Amino acid sequence: MFDLLKKMTQITGVSGNEEEIRNAIIEEIKDKVDEITVDTLGNLIAVKKGKGKKIMVAAHMDEIGIIATFIDENGFIRFSNIGGVSKYNAIGQKVKFNNGTMGVVHYEQKLDDIKNLNLSKMYIDIGAKNKEEALKSVNIGDVACFVGDAVKQGDMIISKALDDRCGCAVVIQAIKDMKDTENEIYFVFTVQEELGLRGAKTAAYQIKPDLAIAVDVTLTGDTPNCHPMEVKCGKGPAIKIKDRSIICHPKVKNLLERAAKKINIPYQFEILEFGGNDSGAIHISAGGVPSGTISIPCRYVHSPAETASLTDIENAAKLLVESLNYVEND
Amino acid sequence: MLLKELTELNGVSGDEREVREFIKTNAKDYSDDIKVDSMGNLICVKKGNNAKHKLMISAHMDEVGFMVTGYGEGGVLKFATVGGIDSRILLGKRLIVGDKKLEGIIGGKPIHLQSATERQNNVNMKNMYIDIGADSKEEAEKLVSIGEYAAFYSNYSNLGKNVIKAKALDDRVGCAILLDILREERYNNFDLYACFTVQEEVGLRGAEVVSYDIDPDIALVIEGTTCSDVLDVEDYEQSTILGEGAALTIMDRGAYSNKKLVEFLYTNGKNNNIPVQYKTTTTGGNDAGKIQTAKGGVVVASISVPCRYIHSPVSLMSKSDFDSCFKLVKMALDEFDKNPELIDSF
Repeated sequence: MFDLLKKMTQITGVSGNEEEIRNAIIEEIKDKVDEITVDTLGNLIAVKKGKGKKIMVAAHMDEIGIIATFIDENGFIRFSNIGGVSKYNAIGQKVKFNNGTMGVVHYEQKLDDIKNLNLSKMYIDIGAKNKEEALKSVNIGDVACFVGDAVKQGDMIISKALDDRCGCAVVIQAIKDMKDTENEIYFVFTVQEELGLRGAKTAAYQIKPDLAIAVDVTLTGDTPNCHPMEVKCGKGPAIKIKDRSIICHPKVKNLLERAAKKINIPYQFEILEFGGNDSGAIHISAGGVPSGTISIPCRYVHSPAETASLTDIENAAKLLVESLNYVEND
Repeated sequence: MLLKELTELNGVSGDEREVREFIKTNAKDYSDDIKVDSMGNLICVKKGNNAKHKLMISAHMDEVGFMVTGYGEGGVLKFATVGGIDSRILLGKRLIVGDKKLEGIIGGKPIHLQSATERQNNVNMKNMYIDIGADSKEEAEKLVSIGEYAAFYSNYSNLGKNVIKAKALDDRVGCAILLDILREERYNNFDLYACFTVQEEVGLRGAEVVSYDIDPDIALVIEGTTCSDVLDVEDYEQSTILGEGAALTIMDRGAYSNKKLVEFLYTNGKNNNIPVQYKTTTTGGNDAGKIQTAKGGVVVASISVPCRYIHSPVSLMSKSDFDSCFKLVKMALDEFDKNPELIDSF
């Protein structure tokens, strides 16, 4: 799992620019599904055909990043956020543009008070001497992700983009390990989740599933002096009860819990106070779809050093495989 | 160019009648079919020749304005804004109020009666009112009902040779361009849907409904957009520059434009000597935000006329930018008609 995660997290795929990660995922799954399509917005839809219930599984391919909006006379680049980029987390980080150009994010030194920090007072330094030189590497509209190597330490993985490449890895693993089932499963690797669950909405409309399960990260309540939350790294994949975008359908919550008990893996329940996920868009699309989410506990979400338990991720894949079968008997 | 008439009509979000009727009158000889849907969106269709594709061009008819919410002592009207308006520009502005089209002004406590602390801050909008010259609450109640709209009162005029001042350039510029496109030669290889939407300023509401109905292959949203190339604004915050051409949105809060389509518009614009620029900020949003995620997803891009002092009674645009936007839209549609296989390539 670590090797798959390392591969997936290190590919650049900022919202709206998911081409590379989509191609990498196609390579991983192409011989293991019946049909692969890419829709108008760029969602990757892989189908394992069947006559039973239509189940949609969703994990988002996109990661947060930045977009270059202006190159100044001295070759420094002004930028805007793609998705929820924390201005404080961004200070001093390295970013990598799609063409490989590296840059450093910093803020204007004359900033009177760090409390007044704003993305508009920050810039990216690619070491160019002037605008002309900078334009050879970066143009308006070019997109960059944050740099954060994937590192394994004990049971933990530390990397950028665990949100939601670990969800993608879980789904890829489930495709590989899937048991025979009558159900028709749509494995959807969605786009632009970080911009507002946009890909999931249009994918669900096209598929019109009977049931949907999203796989995404969630926060944890196990770091010093943190906001209280029951979810902890290492205590197993979390079954989402609610977040800002969805109150998960009890049918899905119950099937996930039964599946977890059946295969005897640790699991926990999750309520996320702030934040949403693809099932938020899916459940109110296409006439309404009973939906829920398998969440992977993850610390420091939306930073270049997201941290999660590899065992949790492996167990999430096992849980997904079991629940795809389990629905058949319902 | 019907821009003068269009900007002088009143159509605050939720009451776009006047604008819709004017556009209908001017579009009917150039459309095969005209329909008004349940929300008030106006859809003008110009069919192709057994065409397989649907192309949508859209602009919103509504402008930001006000609604009367109650009465104050002495015959004044209380009001709320409809759409986003900076309250600091309101004091002393002239309005046209209600169905009777009464003239009114926005008033507040005069400076010589403000305390020292009050003078430190702008007047709060809840302490402003519309004065229509009524003597009493009873008289005001007879003249204007709660729920009636008020729009800015501002005539279309020329500033110098190239600049126009008007209210509601956002988005009567889009409506004018759509009408000009409808008057052009018919296209063969796609059905053209010119959609004049309602209630964009209060949440892109008309667009959500109309795009579900039409489900186009490509949608071009024609807008008026922010332009802050003025004093004390850093160059990287200026968004667009007046006079530098049709502005292409790469990304805003509502939609990430289709990259290939934006590239196509920019490159072909340049190759055809049409001035184009990129919008360099990612704030704001427009109808593309709802159109893009309609049904199974739509290929979208926005082409905008830069407007200084947008959402005010005195927005300014450059005539050459207006021309550039029209030319860019026409160029794109001409290309799609010549090479219809392009339509599926984005």
